[in-house]
Amino acid sequence: MILRKTLLAAGALVALLASASVGSARPTTAAASGAAAPVQCSTKLMTLRPHYPDPVKPLAGAASSLSGAGSTLAQPVINMWAKAYSSKGTNVAYQGIGSGGGVSQISAQTVDFGDSDVPMTDAQLAAAKGGPVLHIPLVLGAVAMAYNVKGIKSGLNFDGETIGKMFTGQITKWNDPAIKALNPKANLPDETIAVVHRSDGSGTTGVFTDYLTKTSPSWTSKLGTPGSQGTVVAWPTGIGAKGSDGVTGLIGQTEGSFGYVELQYALAGHLTYGNVKNKKGTFITPCPATSTAAAQKTSFPADMRASLTWKGAALAYPITATTFALVYQNQTDAGKAKAMVNFLTWALTTGQNFPATINYAPMGKILQQRALGQVNKIMLDGKPLVKIPISFEG
Amino acid sequence: MSAASHRAGVRKAQALQQQRLRLGDSVFRAIVAGSAAIVLLAFVATAFFLVRKSWPALSHYGVLSFVGSSRWTPSTAVATTAHPNPYGVLQFVYGTVLTSVIAMLLAVPVAVGLALYITDVAPPRLRKPLAYVVDLFAAVPSVVYGFWGIFALLPVLHPIADHLTSWLGGIPVVGKVFAGPFFGPSYFAAGIVLAIMVLPIVTAICREVFAVAPVAEKEAALALGATRWEMLRISVLKRSTAGIFGASLLGLGRAFGETIAVTMLIGNSVLAITTSIFGQGATMPSVIANEFTEATEPFHLQSLFVVGTLLLLITLVINVLGKLVVSRISETIA
Repeated sequence: MILRKTLLAAGALVALLASASVGSARPTTAAASGAAAPVQCSTKLMTLRPHYPDPVKPLAGAASSLSGAGSTLAQPVINMWAKAYSSKGTNVAYQGIGSGGGVSQISAQTVDFGDSDVPMTDAQLAAAKGGPVLHIPLVLGAVAMAYNVKGIKSGLNFDGETIGKMFTGQITKWNDPAIKALNPKANLPDETIAVVHRSDGSGTTGVFTDYLTKTSPSWTSKLGTPGSQGTVVAWPTGIGAKGSDGVTGLIGQTEGSFGYVELQYALAGHLTYGNVKNKKGTFITPCPATSTAAAQKTSFPADMRASLTWKGAALAYPITATTFALVYQNQTDAGKAKAMVNFLTWALTTGQNFPATINYAPMGKILQQRALGQVNKIMLDGKPLVKIPISFEG
Repeated sequence: MSAASHRAGVRKAQALQQQRLRLGDSVFRAIVAGSAAIVLLAFVATAFFLVRKSWPALSHYGVLSFVGSSRWTPSTAVATTAHPNPYGVLQFVYGTVLTSVIAMLLAVPVAVGLALYITDVAPPRLRKPLAYVVDLFAAVPSVVYGFWGIFALLPVLHPIADHLTSWLGGIPVVGKVFAGPFFGPSYFAAGIVLAIMVLPIVTAICREVFAVAPVAEKEAALALGATRWEMLRISVLKRSTAGIFGASLLGLGRAFGETIAVTMLIGNSVLAITTSIFGQGATMPSVIANEFTEATEPFHLQSLFVVGTLLLLITLVINVLGKLVVSRISETIA
């Protein structure tokens, strides 16, 4: 009986987590404390559907299946796409094994496409077995600063240096003067901060530490260069949890906890989360609208390898992530190559209407056009497969 | 047909049959020996594979530099310099041993009591079902224990740990062991879940050890006027101490290798040894589970193989010791 109950309880839990991960968008709670945050995430903006035109017909003769692996941050969106896209005759099987895993799988040519939240390094590109790899941005996401503090709702204000000091163990109490200064009206308790971070290598960690490295001198001086940034870092303090689900569960369970997790996971796990000060000095709530804003005025290099953290737009959320599909420029299998082009084109046009429904952000017009430009570069036997007309060359 | 030729024919037939039998025998023998060889070969191949995979890191940094450090920082690894070795593993050995010791301290007394109850005290009707239920605990997947640990156990542990900290935290040496704050995931939490996970195997072996205690001696003790407790103490427990020790060692072997439940509950801090049982740490299996998918730094994956090799070595020693002790007991009793 005991065993049965345990199993039943576990089963219910798994079901709960599964259903939570397809939870719908819900409006973020207004700033509960501290400096007033401007209206950034109205419900209307949250159901962002750009309705990008799909200008080319799908190529005939596409393979019936595509395999992909990589980022867990992007997994909810890619799964949603795969489900919707299966009616078009191609099944996309995606495994969320982590961004680093995505890079190594595409390098070893064991999947048709990889996916990573951090661009591949020059050394990784040189080691890829199948030649040049294209970075194709797919969708934007926000890394939320989630917490579990007694009596405090969503909307605490943070800035980079404060977060950095919490993650180095220099700030250990929730009522520390530095946090109080950012949240003068909040009734912060005398509670020890339990920092929660990823224990496995993670693209989310890569994005978060990229942001800390740009904004927190305390963080960089403690971790050093280049150790302050990456998918795996030497956390000076805190509790490590495996996977985004693990971090979400732990923050929900631990009083006084503070950690970073992709916004959708925070919402699905009913976590409270804060606003983060951006380059313009405004405290920004993470949501699709503020993520899209981060990509608005960003100039990307020709190979698209760039980060979206700490950008200058007025309403840009400073810890915005973009996830890149990693695709070999020179394809050898005609069916797979056509299926890849068809799927990516669809994902970058019609597919962009989906992300906002699960709290990811569609790409802004400029970035979307640049991404389509990358698709144009995919070649089969040395010849380009499509020529999608685009308005912003890169 | 003469009688002589008939006899010769019979002999021939018998010889043929015998030959066939011998052939069948040898085929059978080859098949079972082959099965045994496959197991041995698989083990040797695994060990060889682990050592070969970890060899680049071992030769680059030197064997001793791994066990000489308790700091694991892959992000600081540089391909060209061997020192200081960023892949210290001492804290993983410590974490593995500490969680397992906590588990054994909690599980062994319960397992001994449970096994005694099942073999000698419980009403005969209850014995089999009870033993079955205990065995069933071993069938619960490890990840379920992890889930249960996070969502059911941690909230219950919180007040207990806080009390322990406030009672014992001030005492000089003991205080360090029970120092707060308790956030949840910790050596302590991982140890408790491990205790539940090793309970079935320790109980099962203890049951076998207790079952071979001679009935004559038990009856003699009772006939001499011993109470049931005295009988159990004199004729069962006393001669079973080595057996219980062996059972504990086998349980320890199980605890050492446990991965997912521990990974979910230990807090995964890989930087140093934490003295408090309420602190966060990591074990040898947990660091492998956490990092192998994204082991992209220089010598990172190879160093994880070093951890794997070390784990294999330690569990092997513990298991062989346990088996030796248990088999020696069975022999002396029987």
